[in-house]
Amino acid sequence: MTALTAKVAEPAPPPPPAAGAPKRRGTELTLLAGAVLISVLGHLHVGLTTTGHVPGTAARYATGLCAAALLAHLAVRLRAPYADPLLLPIAVLLNGLGLVLIQRLDVTTPGHLTAGDQLLWSALGVALFVLAVALLRDHRVLQRYAYLSVAVALSLMLVPVFFPAVNGAHIWIRFAGLSFQPGEFAKILLAVFFASYLAANRTALALTGRRLFWKLRLLPGRVLGPILAIWLISVGVLVLERDLGTSLLFFGLFVIMLFTATGRIGWIAIGLLLAGLGAYAVETFEPHVHSRVNDWLNPFASIERGEGPGQLAQSLFAFGAGGLLGAGLGHGQSFLIGFAAKSDFILATAGEELGLVGLAAILLLYGLLVARGFRAGLALRDPFGRLLATGLASIVALQVFVIAGGVTGLIPLTGMAMPFLAQGGSSVVTNWIIVALLVRLSDSARRPRPAKEPAE
Amino acid sequence: MIRYIRWCAYFCALLLVALLVNLARVQVWESAAYGANPANKRPAIERYAEPRGDILVDGRPVTGSRDSGQLLRYERTYTNGPLYAPVTGFSSQIYGTSFVERAEDAVLSGTDPGLSAFPLWYELARGRPAGGNAATTVRSGMQRAAYAGLAGKRGAVAAVEPATGRILALVSSPSYDPAALSGTGTKVKAAWSALNADPARPMLNRALRETYPPGSTFKIVTAAAALDAGVVTDVDAPTRTPDPYPLPGTSTLLPNAGTGCEDASMAEAVQWSCNTVMAKIGVQVGLRGMVDAARRFGFNSEGLKVPSWVSRSNFDTDMSQDQLALSSIGQFNTTATPLQMAMVAAAVANGGELACPYLVERTTQDDGSQVRRGERRSLGRAMNPATALRLQELMVKVVENGTGRNAAIPGAVVGGKTGTAQHGVGNAGTPYAWFISWARAEGTALPQVAVAVVVEDASADRGDISGNGAAAPIARAVMEAALATG
Repeated sequence: MTALTAKVAEPAPPPPPAAGAPKRRGTELTLLAGAVLISVLGHLHVGLTTTGHVPGTAARYATGLCAAALLAHLAVRLRAPYADPLLLPIAVLLNGLGLVLIQRLDVTTPGHLTAGDQLLWSALGVALFVLAVALLRDHRVLQRYAYLSVAVALSLMLVPVFFPAVNGAHIWIRFAGLSFQPGEFAKILLAVFFASYLAANRTALALTGRRLFWKLRLLPGRVLGPILAIWLISVGVLVLERDLGTSLLFFGLFVIMLFTATGRIGWIAIGLLLAGLGAYAVETFEPHVHSRVNDWLNPFASIERGEGPGQLAQSLFAFGAGGLLGAGLGHGQSFLIGFAAKSDFILATAGEELGLVGLAAILLLYGLLVARGFRAGLALRDPFGRLLATGLASIVALQVFVIAGGVTGLIPLTGMAMPFLAQGGSSVVTNWIIVALLVRLSDSARRPRPAKEPAE
Repeated sequence: MIRYIRWCAYFCALLLVALLVNLARVQVWESAAYGANPANKRPAIERYAEPRGDILVDGRPVTGSRDSGQLLRYERTYTNGPLYAPVTGFSSQIYGTSFVERAEDAVLSGTDPGLSAFPLWYELARGRPAGGNAATTVRSGMQRAAYAGLAGKRGAVAAVEPATGRILALVSSPSYDPAALSGTGTKVKAAWSALNADPARPMLNRALRETYPPGSTFKIVTAAAALDAGVVTDVDAPTRTPDPYPLPGTSTLLPNAGTGCEDASMAEAVQWSCNTVMAKIGVQVGLRGMVDAARRFGFNSEGLKVPSWVSRSNFDTDMSQDQLALSSIGQFNTTATPLQMAMVAAAVANGGELACPYLVERTTQDDGSQVRRGERRSLGRAMNPATALRLQELMVKVVENGTGRNAAIPGAVVGGKTGTAQHGVGNAGTPYAWFISWARAEGTALPQVAVAVVVEDASADRGDISGNGAAAPIARAVMEAALATG
């Protein structure tokens, strides 16, 4: 309904000059206190229900979270005083809940404790957040580094090809006992590149090109060529690495940003068609993908064959067991899902122990985060900023949809990390940087305009 | 560009709605179906997450729970497993439950709504009350006596309290230890296949689930039918029966095991177990009368539950006269469980009134407060009170000076009836030795116990097999235990 009304509605006028817009830093601090409180209570609850006593890590967890939240808040207060007050508390709450869920799963997999690592990675993420907010005074600076970011992004994505595959996918770099996923970082760099390139060539993309038929015009190859090539290379590399979730994400990011820049819905349709063909080809020639699609079409096939439930079936059982209200933190059996219960399938634990109510709340938090990102994009005045905000918000939205849709059987499963919730260092760090950029963008959007706009 | 950003936002909102709708489908709509999927381990994990309640004999638990540290956490333990196996049954993580473990599973596993004063609270909190206990009617002394009596033999004992129907002893031999089936793993699977492959069939509950030809013990039913129907009015009057007795409509002659049965009275026929006389009386009562009488004692009933189901004891309803004659002495197609024959003795002892046998006296919550009482109910009148008194006298004579002298107990009034049942093709199988009886301490009005014993001893010499030799001593031991404890 909203899409239809939007179609007929006049383009909304740019928001009024935000002169004297309230800073809302107090609101942010209050919300942060709430987010920290919920997370710490969750931490205590897990300890009490699973072991019967307050967990020994409680003090460390609480102080760590408080310190991180305060530091981040100070950075925002000092360096981005007009930033959207919801972004940081949502990130802290999601990160805190992720730590609670991982701690809870650690209890049932005693040989494989990861909550401590995750806490360290979160600390690193917050540190980078603080650094980014403090050092990046104006997001438009990033525009200058468009080609550097695409070069770094592509090389980052290429590196894992030379590292051994883990669980069938070449997406990790293992180094000195640590492993991380360069593709996670590449998505930010690629968003920066797309935004910068499309902002620079927007007019050419929107208005030139030969007319094919009706309203469909061939985009000028000179302008479209390079960006299409970059996109094809990145998706090609990801397919080689069998990181299908991320290639789907990059595809969606490209299409959304191209659409936002040009407004050409016809090309989106053609893009979707091509993607469909590509997906069909991959599904046919890649046994790995083929089995994922079969699992999606019939998650209980392995049970009927007498081989016991597969991972997706176990995930559905976990969600089903949660029902409306959930079993309560610590009372579920989502460890039955087996490996990846803390990363790809962390939502199943949330679904089983917090129920539909809890999970819907978590998804709405993501929705709010994405919405605030789009809002920053709407309020910004420079095309680069708008595109970047749209791109970053879309990354979060697409990632949440792909992974949540995958584990609940809505779409075929592709391995991806739930932003902030899932165990995984590179993911947490990347998402903190995304939030830092959104904070920076929203600060620019809401900052009162100087009397005279400096000429671009 | 603003317009397109809005569209992107709407698109993302659409994705969110799709996620939420699908989530509601999975977590609410499909929830029950996923829970019922046999591959879903959650119900089993939940079931075994708490210790199971206990089964009590004489107020003391004969079961226990052991924390295995496994996924299915608490496993069943049994004290004196083989002794009480026909009562408790087994509770296995792999193979489910049987007998009282099965019949009272809801109470023992803590899912029975009666276990909580506030069922709604547990529903909301997703918790579960602790498992309750099931107190049985079995008396350990009698159970031990019966088990010791059957040691090394194949057979079964069922003992009931005639006035109430309480099952006081329930033994099947050879037995097995249900503890071997608790838990998971290869050991349990090996034990299960070994028990199932054993030719002695130790897991068969012979007292409730195996039917045997009752042989001469069935003559009590025939005698009751004849007295009730008025076919025999004077038990001491000669019956004008030839020895051997030609089966009606055939040239087959029915012999007797002993002598002195020619023209014997019904009293003598019961006392000395005359086939000829009782077969003839059965034919005189007629098919209709015999079927009705058998039915009143509990034969041909499908639905008996104690609370475990009991196999149907059979008396054919469509027979020729010669078949009726054989059926009237407990042969042909007549079959009975040991519990059924204990019910026959109990009906005689209880003045003709047949109480429904039951095994669970009461179920309680963890703290001992009652959930349910065992239902004490009547199965109706098996015979007239006068007939019952007459039969009591006849059965006492069997023990005092008849075929069942091995059952006599000093200081007690004991009535009994022996049986030696032919079976197999052309009666080639080793006969079963039967003994049914009841006893009351002298000076008391009502018999305290009725017992049925069957011994299918394949190792014994055929000539030695008789109800009096093999079965009566076991019945006596059980009755002594009953009288000794009250």
